[in-house]
Amino acid sequence: MASPSTHTAHHAPQGFIRKYIFSLDHKVIGIQYYFLGLFSVFLGMSLSLLMRFHMVNPNVVVKWFATLWPTAAAGGIMTPELYLSLMTMHGTIMVFFVLTTVPQSGFGNYFLPIQIGAEDMAFPVLNMMSFWTTFLALVVMVAAFFVQGGAPLSGWTAYPPLSGAGPLTGPGEGMGQNLWILSIAIFCGASLMGAINFIATTVDLRCKGMTLMRMPLTCWTWLVTAILGLLGFAVLLSAGVLLLLDRIAGTSFFLPAGMFINDHIIANHKGGSPLLWQHLFWFFGHPEVYIAILPGMGVTSQLLSTFSRKPVFGYKAMVYAILSIGFLGFLVWGHHMFMSGMNPYSAMAFSVLTMCIGVPSAIKTFNWIGTLWGGKIHFDTAMLFALGFVSLFVTGGVSGIFLGQPALDLYFHDTYFVVGHFHMIMGVAAIFGMFAGTFYWFPKMFGRMMNETLGKIHFYLTFIGVYCIFTPMHYVGIMGNPRRYSDFSNVGYLANAMPLHQFMTYAAFVTATAQLIFLFNLIWSIRKGAKAPVNPWNSTTLEWTVPSPPPFDNFGGVHPVVYRGAYEYSVPGAPTDFIMQTVPPQVIAQGD
Amino acid sequence: MLLAPVVWVLTVVICYFFIAKTWWFPPPINAHGVAYDTQFMRTLIVVGIIFFLAQFALGWVIWKFRNDGGRASHSHGNNKLETLWTSATALLFLGLVVMGTKIWAGVHFDEAPPDSVQIEVMAKQFAFNFRYPGADGKFGHTELRLINDANGDPFGMDPKDPAGKDDILSASLKVPAGKSIKLILHSRDVIHNFFVPELRMKQDIVPGMEIPLHFQADKIGVYEVPCSELCGLGHFQMHTTMQVMSESDFEQWKQQQLANR
Repeated sequence: MASPSTHTAHHAPQGFIRKYIFSLDHKVIGIQYYFLGLFSVFLGMSLSLLMRFHMVNPNVVVKWFATLWPTAAAGGIMTPELYLSLMTMHGTIMVFFVLTTVPQSGFGNYFLPIQIGAEDMAFPVLNMMSFWTTFLALVVMVAAFFVQGGAPLSGWTAYPPLSGAGPLTGPGEGMGQNLWILSIAIFCGASLMGAINFIATTVDLRCKGMTLMRMPLTCWTWLVTAILGLLGFAVLLSAGVLLLLDRIAGTSFFLPAGMFINDHIIANHKGGSPLLWQHLFWFFGHPEVYIAILPGMGVTSQLLSTFSRKPVFGYKAMVYAILSIGFLGFLVWGHHMFMSGMNPYSAMAFSVLTMCIGVPSAIKTFNWIGTLWGGKIHFDTAMLFALGFVSLFVTGGVSGIFLGQPALDLYFHDTYFVVGHFHMIMGVAAIFGMFAGTFYWFPKMFGRMMNETLGKIHFYLTFIGVYCIFTPMHYVGIMGNPRRYSDFSNVGYLANAMPLHQFMTYAAFVTATAQLIFLFNLIWSIRKGAKAPVNPWNSTTLEWTVPSPPPFDNFGGVHPVVYRGAYEYSVPGAPTDFIMQTVPPQVIAQGD
Repeated sequence: MLLAPVVWVLTVVICYFFIAKTWWFPPPINAHGVAYDTQFMRTLIVVGIIFFLAQFALGWVIWKFRNDGGRASHSHGNNKLETLWTSATALLFLGLVVMGTKIWAGVHFDEAPPDSVQIEVMAKQFAFNFRYPGADGKFGHTELRLINDANGDPFGMDPKDPAGKDDILSASLKVPAGKSIKLILHSRDVIHNFFVPELRMKQDIVPGMEIPLHFQADKIGVYEVPCSELCGLGHFQMHTTMQVMSESDFEQWKQQQLANR
């Protein structure tokens, strides 16, 4: 723990550009990440609405489709390749630019330094670079829509040879796929910079008294997420470079000999392995699931404790659960590949490890309920989203017990059962974590309160809405509905699934409309919300000891000292039902 | 607080449709399918109880421990409880995997019996094709440059190889009921997937690899085979059927195909 006064070489900036655009301040960078994610989530959601519309109306003419996509939707009917490119971009944008970006780089950037009592991140310049590199990655990704052939159609998993053999495999597999890989590679670079920064900050900049076991659980999840990012994105970066080389330099890392694509003999590739990509991709891809969900778990733990006025139940068990999820997260990637043709004996090992990772996840759920037990729960919108997170986490988690068994995956692999599973858990549960974080930390970030009435309407519509969208996916999955189909009319047995698909589409449109309430609440509250006090929720962590919003150096020249753990609520004998981490023991003694 | 009844209602509705089996599997057509369904139901019951209890408990604590202006109880946890629920979950989850092992082993660890009916599958964008070795039991030699889809030869059969003279090509899969079938899966372009819901079985078909898959189908009928791995713009159209025939019908079909060559 270095003395905080020695590290911040930069001073409060003066000009607009240095203050708000190329800022070195972790708080500004956190907000930049948040808005980048907000733009991305609305973009990704719009793509999903187009997909849901097309799935149930594959032959309906929509005039403005033709205006938007003169070739891919000529005449106003969306082509299958357009559907697949929307699907690819939906998945990619949501996973990388929303789920990876907002919980970690957004909230983490803003609150990690404050919660551990630091003035800034360890490397402010690196922090700024990592944001602008992410921004560049997003620009390159969106550009894929506008090049010849459009965006790629190989899905966010980009399995070669579909993604590796060039334009012969389909529209979007030319320049669009190249840009996709390039964007992912740039994003990996940005994430590596961010991960190093998070780890260094947590290890080195904790204030006096902030031992590891006194850190808020949010900081633990940001730390472990950063470690996952450091190890995972490094592998994805290498894999992306190899895939790009296969496409443009004639190498054969992932392309085997003897291919005959679209009436062409592919003579210039031999010896590669399509499965190698899957191993490299999922070695990143599975930890990525935890990159998306861990910070949400941290926020949920923090909020359940705060709003039920009780200490986190089993803080140490929670920390060990986070650490073991992080560790086991790297040993289970093979469960994405049970049907891939890899050695079937390895499936046994992967499935046992997969079930093992269910154990710390279950521990967390038990501890959340234990935290609520005997509490005095305040139902502010932030808390509603945290409670919603627990419900969605359970629902999304239990379907994993089917999919983690290779025997049952024999049927469910690549059906809508999988789509329902991962949307529940890494999609909406993680997004509920973000909503919870938004309502909880908004007063600190913007100095104003969000509107609670709008917040609650938005919560209930969204909570019921996402259940209506994603639960039926499990049912159609049980019917054997394959995923990534733009149109189900070719499969006879799917006729019975169509009413459910109709229902999901309606639910998606209603739920998406409800998000406008959130957007309105956010923008309106930034401008017109009630002034926020220093500590509106009577929380105990360090960010609630400083003004809302905090000054440039967070603590106004004071070096905070921490005397206790993060969740001292309802301590018997204490004057209030919460004790801030910074309150010295003698003050409480005097209060008696 | 309103959240508690909302969680309960959602839980009951979700459970209802699983119990009523409103949207369900097609009936299985072999012993593996029956074993699969048993393992599924076993898992469903365990998972269903966990799901119901967890959601119910969540709703209950939301309802029971709502703020009434009093002071919350103070507790940092309970190590005995932690140990108890950690080991209980671990046992339950691992137990399920162990029980499913036999099903997985039956598909992947056991070799196909030597007298299995051999069928080569060639997947391409966006169709399945099947080849039977004929009476000699040998597949004829193939070459990429001889592929001629327009002429009905997606395999590239070498006309000079006598072993290929009696090979039968088909765009749909025909198999005799009650006999062991061994598919030899090939793809010539991208990754595809062979999936028959009634068989409770699927397998990726990967270019550059030869993946065997064996099964037995007992119930006569026609079953759909939708491609189940994203393979390009025509993925949703990549579809064929598997017809399970009596052994005599199957022999007759083969004779007809040979006669028509």
